[in-house]
Amino acid sequence: MAVCIAVIAKENYPLYIRSTPTENELKFHYMVHTSLDVVDEKISAMGKALVDQRELYLGLLYPTEDYKVYGYVTNSKVKFVMVVDSSNTALRDNEIRSMFRKLHNSYTDVMCNPFYNPGDRIQSRWALLPVSDPVQVGPAFCVLLPSFCRTCLAILVAKMQPFGKQGRKGLFKL
Amino acid sequence: MSPTQWDLPVELCCRPMAFVTLTGLDVVYNAVHRAVWDAFCANRRADRVPISFKVLPGDHEYPKCRPKRTSYEWYIPKGILKTGWMNKHLNLVPALVVVFYELDWDEPQWKEKQSECATRVEIVRQSLQGRNTKVAVVLIQKKTPLPPGEDVIASERAAALCNACELSGKSLFVLPHTDHLVGYIIRLENAFYEHAQTYYYTEIRRVKSHKEFLNKTTHQLLFVRHQFKIAFFSELKQDTQNALKNYRTAYNLVHELRAHETNILEIKTMAGFINYKICRLCFQHNTPLDAIAQFRKHIDLCKKKIGSAELSFEHAAWMSKQFQAFGDLFDEAIKLGLTAIQTQNPGFYYQQAAYYAQERKQLAKSLCNHEASIMYPNPDPLETQTGVLDFYGQRSWRQGILSFDLSDPEKEKVGVLAIQLKERNVAHSEIIITLLSNAVAQFKKYKCPRMKSHLMVQMGEEYYYAKDYTKALKLLDYVMCDYRSEGWWTLLTSILTTALKCSYLMAQLKDYITYSLELLGRASTLKDDQKSRIEKNLINVLMNESPDPEPDCDIFAVKTAQKLWADRISLAGSNIFTIGVQDFVPFVQCKAKFHAPSFHVDVPVEFDIYLKADCPHPIRFSKLCVSFNNQEYNQFCVIEEASKANEVLENPTQGKMCLVPGKTRKLLFKFVAKTEDVGKKIEITSVDLALGNETGRCVVLNWQGGGGDAASSQEALQAARSFKRRPKLPDNEVHWDSIIIQASTMIISRVPNISVHLRHEPPALTNEMYCLVVTVQSHEKTQIRDVKLTAGLKPGQDANLTQKTHVTLHGTELCDESYPALLTDIPVGDLHPGEQLEKMLYVRCGTVGSRMFLVYVSYLINITAEEKEIVCKCHKDETVTIETVFPFDVAVKFVSTKFEHLERVYADIPFLLMTDLLSASPWALTVVSSELQLAPSMTTVDQLESQVDNVVLQTGESASECFCLRCPSLGNVEGGVATGHYIISWKRTSAMENIPVIRTVITLPHVIVENIPLHVNADLPSFGRVRESLPVKYHLQNKTDFVQDVEISVEPSDAFMFSGLKQIRLRILPGTEQEMLYNFYPLMAGYQQLPSLNINLLRFPNFTNQLLRRFIPTSIFVKVKLKNFLLFKFKVLKTNRLLFHVHFTEQYFETNSDSFAFYSMYLAVLLFISIKLLFIESNFKDLYFLR
Repeated sequence: MAVCIAVIAKENYPLYIRSTPTENELKFHYMVHTSLDVVDEKISAMGKALVDQRELYLGLLYPTEDYKVYGYVTNSKVKFVMVVDSSNTALRDNEIRSMFRKLHNSYTDVMCNPFYNPGDRIQSRWALLPVSDPVQVGPAFCVLLPSFCRTCLAILVAKMQPFGKQGRKGLFKL
Repeated sequence: MSPTQWDLPVELCCRPMAFVTLTGLDVVYNAVHRAVWDAFCANRRADRVPISFKVLPGDHEYPKCRPKRTSYEWYIPKGILKTGWMNKHLNLVPALVVVFYELDWDEPQWKEKQSECATRVEIVRQSLQGRNTKVAVVLIQKKTPLPPGEDVIASERAAALCNACELSGKSLFVLPHTDHLVGYIIRLENAFYEHAQTYYYTEIRRVKSHKEFLNKTTHQLLFVRHQFKIAFFSELKQDTQNALKNYRTAYNLVHELRAHETNILEIKTMAGFINYKICRLCFQHNTPLDAIAQFRKHIDLCKKKIGSAELSFEHAAWMSKQFQAFGDLFDEAIKLGLTAIQTQNPGFYYQQAAYYAQERKQLAKSLCNHEASIMYPNPDPLETQTGVLDFYGQRSWRQGILSFDLSDPEKEKVGVLAIQLKERNVAHSEIIITLLSNAVAQFKKYKCPRMKSHLMVQMGEEYYYAKDYTKALKLLDYVMCDYRSEGWWTLLTSILTTALKCSYLMAQLKDYITYSLELLGRASTLKDDQKSRIEKNLINVLMNESPDPEPDCDIFAVKTAQKLWADRISLAGSNIFTIGVQDFVPFVQCKAKFHAPSFHVDVPVEFDIYLKADCPHPIRFSKLCVSFNNQEYNQFCVIEEASKANEVLENPTQGKMCLVPGKTRKLLFKFVAKTEDVGKKIEITSVDLALGNETGRCVVLNWQGGGGDAASSQEALQAARSFKRRPKLPDNEVHWDSIIIQASTMIISRVPNISVHLRHEPPALTNEMYCLVVTVQSHEKTQIRDVKLTAGLKPGQDANLTQKTHVTLHGTELCDESYPALLTDIPVGDLHPGEQLEKMLYVRCGTVGSRMFLVYVSYLINITAEEKEIVCKCHKDETVTIETVFPFDVAVKFVSTKFEHLERVYADIPFLLMTDLLSASPWALTVVSSELQLAPSMTTVDQLESQVDNVVLQTGESASECFCLRCPSLGNVEGGVATGHYIISWKRTSAMENIPVIRTVITLPHVIVENIPLHVNADLPSFGRVRESLPVKYHLQNKTDFVQDVEISVEPSDAFMFSGLKQIRLRILPGTEQEMLYNFYPLMAGYQQLPSLNINLLRFPNFTNQLLRRFIPTSIFVKVKLKNFLLFKFKVLKTNRLLFHVHFTEQYFETNSDSFAFYSMYLAVLLFISIKLLFIESNFKDLYFLR
């Protein structure tokens, strides 16, 4: 339902930006980029709060005439920004939160990918984060990667079988 | 229609103030009147009442009041609000007219004056016919008035004047023209203000009264109008709360109006006005959130009310103005003390205003693209008779027509065309840029750097559309680095594309090249075909040709640009551009890497330059040069190819001067470092890569340091983090990411080929001349020259060590303080291959602890490196840590002649000084001699000869001496009496003959000397025998100058019988001695307590027996006679107590001459016992020791 979803690295460069293909992509890039001003400010204000009590969801960053921009920051200071159409009143705070949580899970899955190098731009087509087609409703996030990851692990574990318990322990240590 | 049609009218934006006119003042010629006027209008501060004053002549014609409408039944309003209405009530129709008249109470011609005044008031009344405007009279008087009630004439005349002028008493004022003018004026003002408020109150009542007659069908417009008027009058009355309430009602009423394409502009205009008023009042009431909420509501309601599609740009313009006006209001409120936040500041409104202005431009562009042949309609449909509209927001060609049907479609068409043609002349870019720069200023204030950059990009683009390329480039260039540093390549590419267009259109060579370089680079997200096009253009430019125009440029601008480029080509001049790459991401990457972090001076320094191009097609470079911090090396590191200009394209894939996209090119450089640079760092300060050549145009890419551009540090970090396995490449190729820049190397001296050995016997002993033998052997193939030795304490250690360490080459004499801690550059001469030399060093360490010693050997040798003869200075150093220890410990103690430990000595009584020298050295020491130097206070009892001459002490052995000394009485000396020094002369046993002997001086401890009144010593044998007489003589010596009364008693003891005086009292004269003789008769064997002698001095009660015990023995060993012993022994054997027996044997056996027989007998007995008890071995041993 979001018209644009972005994942931004700790150093504030984009890891992943996807927007509704029908609209001007550049506009969303700028919108996400400018929203980092507010994210930065919120993070620095939050810095003093205790780590455990920290809320990852930053809430509405700023409203524009046509869109609402929401922010979310992970503990490793990776930021998620979501742009939602202002006219879409169906999306309340709770929905946005749950969308972010799903996005966070998907991102975690991407990080778990042994072939992904943290900090690289997320480019692979099939490792995409939730596709943000405006037609698609929030819950319809499809993530292929976690299943792929699990398959990989399963294969690894299977290969380790001959080594017995020791081998498996070794794997978990990894 | 003026271009500022969308601006809000001034009368709407100002703060409404009560309007009061002053008549009868001649401010030009009358100084008094002038002063009065000035007091009214000059320096009006915020604490004065809000009135706007105006001076008008007494006969001024005020706007005529229209006759009162008796019925609204047939009245149909033509519009919502007349354009002149607000101005009329702000500036034309006064709430109060004040007639100033100079008249004193004691005026002689009172009657005439009074009637003149009445006439003036009458004239004013005439011109205000029908209005509720109040009239007041102010008498300007020269005299200060008396307090009220005291001046009878004044009150009489005042009443008369009021009567004549038909004024109430409240409307007549007196203004004495005295010193306190301003004070009077302020009081007058307040009175005027009250009148004005009453006036506006009645006006509000009047308008309200109309409402009763209105009906909802035909008078909808009037509802709005009346509500607006009430609100406006409330504002004039300064009743802002009610004004706000009424404006809000008016706002709701506006939106209840039936909207149609024909009146939508009027509705929006009025809605905008009322919204402005509401927001303004909300800010004034310090409720900014209400203002924002109202504005949002307003925008949401009006956003979709576009109206006629042909004039949709008007809606955009109106929207833009709404946002701008709100931004202005917000900003004004902030200036008055409101605090805004990052996410809610005027910038957003300006930004939105700019957005709508951009939309307006877009719409205007598509709607107003009429052919040039279409002429502006004549007569102008936008002209009205008066030049202004009657009602706000109506069309000039159909004013006052309320019907929704278009009565005259032709007229409508012409009107629309006229508006469209007018719109074409609007400088949209100017409006947009102004709004954007307002927004930029706001975002800068509220810490939104990225928003600011974004807006600046928009400004730059707008300047580009406005064909102001210089400003566009300036802005774009300014923000580019922000996007670059944060790695937003998509945005950067978009900005660069615009910048490239600008630089093309201006034929700015350097900028054009720079932007091309970056657009071809890896930071650009352009498609390959675009990149190819840009690369082709770049090559063209480098060959001094014109590039192809950029796509989507204005055709006329392109034509101008082509001319400019043609000029550039013909222009001879500097065609070399040096571009520093550290601030952007060019398409050639460069990394420099020394092969090693350090090079020996006799080995050539080698490094690689890696180059990689990211452009779509291969590119040739013409020159590569590397610069160093020592510029002498620059000449060795240049690659140049004399190629013709056109060769840049031909044979591109051949040769090392060609960069193939995606491939890493490695170039090896080699040079021999200068010997002066030994120990210095050689650093690559820059790498210059020239593209193109000097006959055409040449671009020199300049990398600072060992390469790297704006993006490479982040990339290097990413590469370091990555654990991706890279595919294997052919041998001579490397992965770009795996190359790590190494831009500096150290030149270190040649590896020495000599050996340095140290021979010594640690640890060193304090103060000795410690011998360190240095052996240097050359393993070089040729002769080495100028061998120098530096040896001594390694610098950089504790400064105290330097003071306490001395080094010399001559071991035969002791070195003193003047010798240095480090001997530098001792010339040793030359060494042939294989030759060896030995040098002895002597070190004297004054303190214990560990020291680091350095032995540094340097020499010169001639070497050939890369066919170059160089003289190398080599050096080898050895460090050794030597511990210094004390050679021996000296312990000194004072004992009495009884060898008892003494804490203090007694004057004139001999005592013993015992020295104990314990060797702590691991090596044997020879004590050459020792010497006791006594302090003057001490005297010796016998000779002070050394008792330890030429004694050799091994580790742990000790040598002791004992001296008998006496200390004469000195009186009470604080801290004791100095004893003297003990001097030991020693050396290592292993040291050579000529090594000097070391004298170690030990200061002996001070001793406390005490005087005693009586000295007692006893004369008695060393032992006694059971049942044999033991004579004991006590000597009592009086040490004082007095006669001493002494009480002596002897206590009996179980072990002795004795004869002699048991208790006596006697006197001893000063300095004399008394003898006491006793005969003791031991009864028991063993160590036995003697009968104790108690002496009591009457003069010295603290002379105790405790003290006495120190001088005289208290017990004695009593032996047994052998004969008796053996008898005893048999008794013991019966009890079988063997251990006791052995012990006993040791102590009681006595060997004297006559007991040999007993001895043999004893042996026999012992043998018998031993065999019997199987303790033969231990018993024999015991016996043996007894001998």
